[in-house]
Amino acid sequence: MINELAHYFSYEFVRNAMMVGIMIALGAALLGVPLVLKRYSFIGDGLSHVAFGALAIASVLNLTNNMLIIMPVTVITAVVLLSLGQNAKIKGDAAIALISVSALAIGYILLNVFSVSSNVGGDVCSTLFGATSLLTLTKTDVAICFVSIAIVIAVYVFTYNKMLAVTFDEDFAKATGVNANGYNFLLATVTAVIIVIAMKLVGTLLISALIIFPALSAMRVFRSYKSVVIASLVIALICAVTGIIASILLSTPTGATIVVANLAVFIIFSLIDLIK
Amino acid sequence: MANEKKHTRILNKNKVSAQLIVKDLVLGYEGKVVSKDINFQIYKGNYLCIVGENGTGKSTLMKTLLGLRSPLSGSIEYGDNLTSKRIGYLPQQTLVQKDFPASVKEIVMTGFLGNHGFLPWYSKDEKRRAEEIMEKFGIADFRNKCYRNLSGGQQQRVLLARALCATEDILLLDEPVSGLDPKVTYEMYELIDKLNKEEGITIIMVSHDIDASVKYASHILHLAHIPIFFGTKDNYMRQGFHLWKTDEAMLRNGGGILD
Repeated sequence: MINELAHYFSYEFVRNAMMVGIMIALGAALLGVPLVLKRYSFIGDGLSHVAFGALAIASVLNLTNNMLIIMPVTVITAVVLLSLGQNAKIKGDAAIALISVSALAIGYILLNVFSVSSNVGGDVCSTLFGATSLLTLTKTDVAICFVSIAIVIAVYVFTYNKMLAVTFDEDFAKATGVNANGYNFLLATVTAVIIVIAMKLVGTLLISALIIFPALSAMRVFRSYKSVVIASLVIALICAVTGIIASILLSTPTGATIVVANLAVFIIFSLIDLIK
Repeated sequence: MANEKKHTRILNKNKVSAQLIVKDLVLGYEGKVVSKDINFQIYKGNYLCIVGENGTGKSTLMKTLLGLRSPLSGSIEYGDNLTSKRIGYLPQQTLVQKDFPASVKEIVMTGFLGNHGFLPWYSKDEKRRAEEIMEKFGIADFRNKCYRNLSGGQQQRVLLARALCATEDILLLDEPVSGLDPKVTYEMYELIDKLNKEEGITIIMVSHDIDASVKYASHILHLAHIPIFFGTKDNYMRQGFHLWKTDEAMLRNGGGILD
């Protein structure tokens, strides 16, 4: 088995996939903590479907660099969703569901009507579940991913305490002079960035899992904000590594395998919580 | 900004200047007036209770004073060097907080962040001050405990400690004893009274509890009465307003007899 793994890891594309997978899992796990606590667990799902819709538009327009459409559309949607807050006529969860299914439907219609490839079903499936594109990463992809995740982590570290304050009590933060709207905007933006990048790894359907599972598992057992954040990172790292290795050895789809690893950890942590 | 500064300077020429001047304030939602002709001034060390039935705009007034929502018309001016960054606030608890995984210390410390600008971490001074405040409020022993595992009274102390980290001047409290049992309610009132009497912190409190308001406050703002009553507690009692109980107070008294 070790020989088999060593053989796989002698290929650069496997090493790239591993690195990118770990980075995305870490970034998603970091953002998961405030998002879950703000009751925005489904924002990952919603935004990734919007990204899917934007991807469909980009491929219909035959753009060589589809990020030019996907990134701005997703960021704008994220900002709108997070800034709607509690005052909107359509509440957070409903607004996310509404945008999510609409974008999915429109994207699917576009791909069907204006399809450039002969295998629409396969194309859609691979966008939704991530399939193979992780193994075809170029050096540029890896570099872009690395820079984006580094920015996300830097933003997170520098705004850590304020994000905690705004997540725990937005009114108090605003009343005492913290620019809560600014931090919500920042959180929305980095969330959108992570999601667009993560599309390659797990596909649009499973991104939610990368965002919510580590945070939810950590919250079963840990009792302070700092320990929850650190535990989320460790869980995300372990699940990404074991998921990718298992998917290589068992020839299973990578994204789905990482999610199942996360589910297993969640079940274990829930049991620990019950026993305590 | 410029106007605010100018305003503060003019006020400082007088010996005693008000911390908060509310003029002809009209409150409401989407153009619908809830409360109007609100006029009052608060000086350092005052203890103001805002009373009135549900729907008379008590919480709306508090949120407007804090700048969380804008009034339909009228003005709120800060004086005596007060700015929004020197206000402490004890809000009502929200659903999100009920299962929030954060330690007492982590939550108390967030009170400092309004004055931080882009500074990401807490200073040594702030850590020491947070310790002092937690000590004073009897929550230092729980500093590493999870907020969601505390009793209601302990949680309110944590939020009060956080508010005190944000200010040395003025505390705005939105129904600080709601949901607490009588003993804990009494302790909470005594703690707030101590902050007012011993440290000279101005208190503005929204309350259902007219008996306690009359006992502790120096001034009363009664929103249900038209014209709106604002004045000292003695004036309030002389006019017999405190006997004119709110629905809640009546219900509570009725319940007391039944018990």
